[in-house]
Amino acid sequence: MFEATDLNRRDARTQRLVRALFLLMTVLLAAPVLLILGVLLVKGGTMLSWDFLFTEPTNGMTAGGVLPALVGTVWLVAIALLASVPVGVAAAVYLSEYAPDNVLTRVINLAIINLAGVPSIVHALFGLGAFVIFFGFGTSILAASLTLAIMTLPVVIVATREALQAVPHAFREACWNMGATRWQTIWRVVLPNAVSGILTGVILEVSRTAGETAPIMFTGAAFFLPFLPASVFDQTMAMSLHLFVIATQVPDVPEALPYGVALVLIGMVLAMNALSIGLRTWLRQKKKW
Amino acid sequence: MVEPTPAVPAAAAEPAARFTGFSLWYGTFQALYGVDLQVEAGRITSLIGPSGCGKSTLLRSVNRINERLGYVRTEGAVAVHGVDVYAAQNALVQVRKQVGMVFQRPNVLPLSIRDNVIFGHRLHSRGAGRTTRADEDAIVEGALRQVLLWDDVKDRLNRRAAGLSLEQQQKLCIARLLPVKPRLLLMDEPCSALDPKGTEAVEELIWELRGEYTILLVTHNMAQARRASESCVFMLLGKMIEHTPTDEMFVTPQRQETADYIEGRYG
Ligand SMILES: Nc1ncnc2c1ncn2[C@@H]1O[C@H](COP(=O)(O)OP(=O)(O)O)[C@@H](O)[C@H]1O
Ligand SMILES: [Mg+2]
Repeated sequence: MFEATDLNRRDARTQRLVRALFLLMTVLLAAPVLLILGVLLVKGGTMLSWDFLFTEPTNGMTAGGVLPALVGTVWLVAIALLASVPVGVAAAVYLSEYAPDNVLTRVINLAIINLAGVPSIVHALFGLGAFVIFFGFGTSILAASLTLAIMTLPVVIVATREALQAVPHAFREACWNMGATRWQTIWRVVLPNAVSGILTGVILEVSRTAGETAPIMFTGAAFFLPFLPASVFDQTMAMSLHLFVIATQVPDVPEALPYGVALVLIGMVLAMNALSIGLRTWLRQKKKW
Repeated sequence: MVEPTPAVPAAAAEPAARFTGFSLWYGTFQALYGVDLQVEAGRITSLIGPSGCGKSTLLRSVNRINERLGYVRTEGAVAVHGVDVYAAQNALVQVRKQVGMVFQRPNVLPLSIRDNVIFGHRLHSRGAGRTTRADEDAIVEGALRQVLLWDDVKDRLNRRAAGLSLEQQQKLCIARLLPVKPRLLLMDEPCSALDPKGTEAVEELIWELRGEYTILLVTHNMAQARRASESCVFMLLGKMIEHTPTDEMFVTPQRQETADYIEGRYG
């Protein structure tokens, strides 16, 4: 009485097919990542050494290491974070905890979404006009970082807002009911519980800025500058631009060199991601719920 | 558990909460229709009625927690001990301090047990008037004793509150209101997430608090209304239908709708 009917068998076949198809898509998704990493490791793995990380490029950038570009990228990303995180977090707190649902709020939300859609080359030109020329920072780390900051602002806001909204509403009501002001509620309960989400979101998103080239190209990154920046008003080399330059602009570069540079750049991004995951795990463990 | 209600003292001159012609709209949907109701101070008043009749809405109007929804509009007045809670000059924070609320699902804060109890108190004693650690300990112990929780948790005050059983969490949610010294406690189906044993324990606690606090208790459960309250309000479709001493309501309801509801003709 339990024998499969034709219909059952057909359903089972469809099941298997759909499942296989989706598995295939998932594998296709992972393949490029693995391929990229594999090719880079095979072709550029030989370049990796402490010397490569900690010396300057020499011989018209056809030999030596990547130190100035590495340090430059760290500067650029760090200052961009310093600028965008406070602004972005404050904006997200306002939007998710205070803002009434009105026309102004909706316009702001729309602006944020659109800001996220602005191509990076447009950000670059904006940075050139605003920070380099109008504010008179010149082509400098400061101008490039601020450009990056504006570019990352929407993702910081979105990541923060998601983290805030993940904090159960019941916590807020519990606080309000003891006579807590909105700010006391945010400061004592909402933010402490959102901080792991905010940090991870922000780091994950912002680690991508380490690889951005266009926004820093006109605003502060130098083609070749074999010393470390002394202040934020200096120009600097950066990993992403350096990679672009040695891959396309400089003759007689040994084949392995660009792959090595790319490996270091990807390594930086992966390190930041690992940091954010570690941080999240650690903060989650401290949570009291 | 419930002994025959002692002769109810003549209604105090000033009710703990008074609704006058209070109506509330969620957008265009009217949830409350001109509710007139006086909640006597120092007693337990239960609020019964089929689900969706506006019990929670009525409760949430007293501490203005509905206000976060931008589309809520009210008419009429709610006064707590004679003071209009919607009057512009009264600070929302002060209103909420005087009116504590217990929710359907226990919503302990993601903090330790001790910090949960002292949280409200800390909000209101900062700067010069700050309480010492020893005083805080006394307050925590007092509040936990009052909700019959002290013996269960005295050895693990620094553990996270979310690790407690639901019954204990709900007691904790009541305990943390006490240090703020509210004049009125609103409880919205405080036992509906608990098992029968937990329900009994929390009801017992509610009964213990009688006299010292005014309690307005929403319940879906008529047996609970009967056991745990002295005065009973029946609501239907956003209207206040009847308000009488509990014993009377369940024996000789004045209105046909009340009788129908009590007999279980609608859920
Ligand atoms: N936030 C809200 N927005 C719109 N309608 C609501 C909201 N909350 C409750 N209502 C409506 O108001 C009515 C009363 O709800 P409620 O006060 O929760 O009833 P009860 O607590 O008696 O079950 C219901 O019809 C419900 O659908
Ligand atoms: Mg309800």
